[in-house]
Amino acid sequence: MASVASAAPPRWRRGEGLRALVWLSPWLAGVSIFFVYPLLATVYFSFHHYDLFTLEWAGLDNYRYLLRDPRVVTSARNTLWLVAVMVPVQTLFSLGLAQLVVRLKAGVGLFRTIFYLPSLVPVAAGTITFVFLMNPSTGPWNQFLALFGVTGPDWFGDPAWSKPSLTLLSVWSCGQIAVIFMAALLDVPRHLYEAAAIDGAGAWRQFRSVTLPSIAPVLMFSAVTGVIYAVQYFAQAMIASRVASGATDSPGSTFTPGYPDESLLTLPQWLFQAGFRDYQMGYACVLALVLFAASMVFTLLLLWRFRRSEGAA
Amino acid sequence: MNARRRRTLLWIAQHALAIVLALMFLAPVVFLTLTALMTDEQALTSDLWPRSWNWDNFAIVFAKSQLLRWTANTLVYAGLGTLFTLLSSVPVAYALARFRFRGRQAAFLFVVAAMMLPPQVVAVPLYLVWARLGLTDTLWPLILPMLLGDAFSIFLLRQFLVTIPREYTDAARVDGCSDLRTLLRVILPMARPAVAAVALFQFFYCWNDYYGPLLYAGVQQEGWTLSLGLATFKAFHSVQWNLTMAATLLVTAPIIIVFFFAQRVFIEGVTLTGVKG
Repeated sequence: MASVASAAPPRWRRGEGLRALVWLSPWLAGVSIFFVYPLLATVYFSFHHYDLFTLEWAGLDNYRYLLRDPRVVTSARNTLWLVAVMVPVQTLFSLGLAQLVVRLKAGVGLFRTIFYLPSLVPVAAGTITFVFLMNPSTGPWNQFLALFGVTGPDWFGDPAWSKPSLTLLSVWSCGQIAVIFMAALLDVPRHLYEAAAIDGAGAWRQFRSVTLPSIAPVLMFSAVTGVIYAVQYFAQAMIASRVASGATDSPGSTFTPGYPDESLLTLPQWLFQAGFRDYQMGYACVLALVLFAASMVFTLLLLWRFRRSEGAA
Repeated sequence: MNARRRRTLLWIAQHALAIVLALMFLAPVVFLTLTALMTDEQALTSDLWPRSWNWDNFAIVFAKSQLLRWTANTLVYAGLGTLFTLLSSVPVAYALARFRFRGRQAAFLFVVAAMMLPPQVVAVPLYLVWARLGLTDTLWPLILPMLLGDAFSIFLLRQFLVTIPREYTDAARVDGCSDLRTLLRVILPMARPAVAAVALFQFFYCWNDYYGPLLYAGVQQEGWTLSLGLATFKAFHSVQWNLTMAATLLVTAPIIIVFFFAQRVFIEGVTLTGVKG
């Protein structure tokens, strides 16, 4: 078989590279227009002052401002929190949930549906619901906590609690990840568990030696994409800030993102504010490059993994 | 005997835990619904159960906001967006999965990279281009790019297409089928679940998208989508949590209904995103 294939390629295989180019051409055009060009233009604008009307050379001004901008430090710190706390919490909870569901004997389909559904709720709807549920004085969540004698904080109004509140929201909407984990857990060959059990391995030992190695690629994929989404975290934080503070956001309004006290400010929001509300396009481009660099680090990690698995295939 | 008792206890514990968690997952939707049916005054109290069932809150939401307009805009965005995405992404995924050419792996890795690129990175120059074309304050800057392929959809389709055994397509080619005929007659019928999943994901992505419309839909409420309108709803009806909750429910309901009709497609599609590759 292999020797036949390595001889002269069959007639219908000829010119495959050219035909591939034809099929790929719309996408290549898309990549050039929506990826390559804007990236180059972003670099160009980052050296200019631009308010939509006048474009003037700024040299390194925007970059110098970046180093002095306290909001960059704040948003970097917030993003770091999301990466260090929210992503692991969401991933581990999803894994635990998946472990539980695949073990159930009754009602698996129903439970899976219930856990999956919240991940489909539109971000705006889910965030508003949580701000309402967790409002300090009348919200059901604090009433629930009061049953146990706990006085709940002003979740979305307290800088110390706003990020944990969004973490709860992320746990509620973890269904997508949990379903992926469920599929991965079901793919682990049963006989491995049986062999481990015969060798006297307990539940934890089985998890460490059988489950974890088998699902490691899926876990890694989920964690890395989770981190990349944390770096671009925008809608939940923006909507929570807006609804909790009661502010409207229209051009010219005084709404600054990150309420309460910039505790929910992330780089994408600050970029949006600088570019599209304050019309400092040049500076927004510098922020965009920072965002690009940050997400590239994690994307490369993912690419490296894909390269490996593709090479093996 | 002892082992059996332990198994039974474990069974009970697992199912009890699942039930508690399921109740907690459902609770937000329950309270959302209950609050949506309260009067203005009651929604501001700590009551959990409506004293009277105000079904006309939904009618009031329609009357007081442009919800119908937003729904129409969202349907245009999500409908055209999904259609364009399928038309443009299926051929690309087909080429990436089936053709052998130099740079195939690089092209695939580029798709993954594009998928992971935060949309905000390229926002400024693109906004300026759309403004030059006079298309800002419309949803076209969000819809038109989908004519040239969507990275996530290409990725997902490609992951599925590589699992179709080569023998099928090779046989079709030997029989003299053109590439296009092979795609339409051999590949697409086999890839129906993946195509359906991609269509649903893309539709939901557009339906839920907040960042895109915030950037491009402009300040006029007539041009907004549901997500954008909903996020601003509370600011205009600040003391009326009941109406905000009713609007939230109205925005969420269609998604839930679609899900119940297409549950299998979803679960299979989600599995595809994580396990392969």
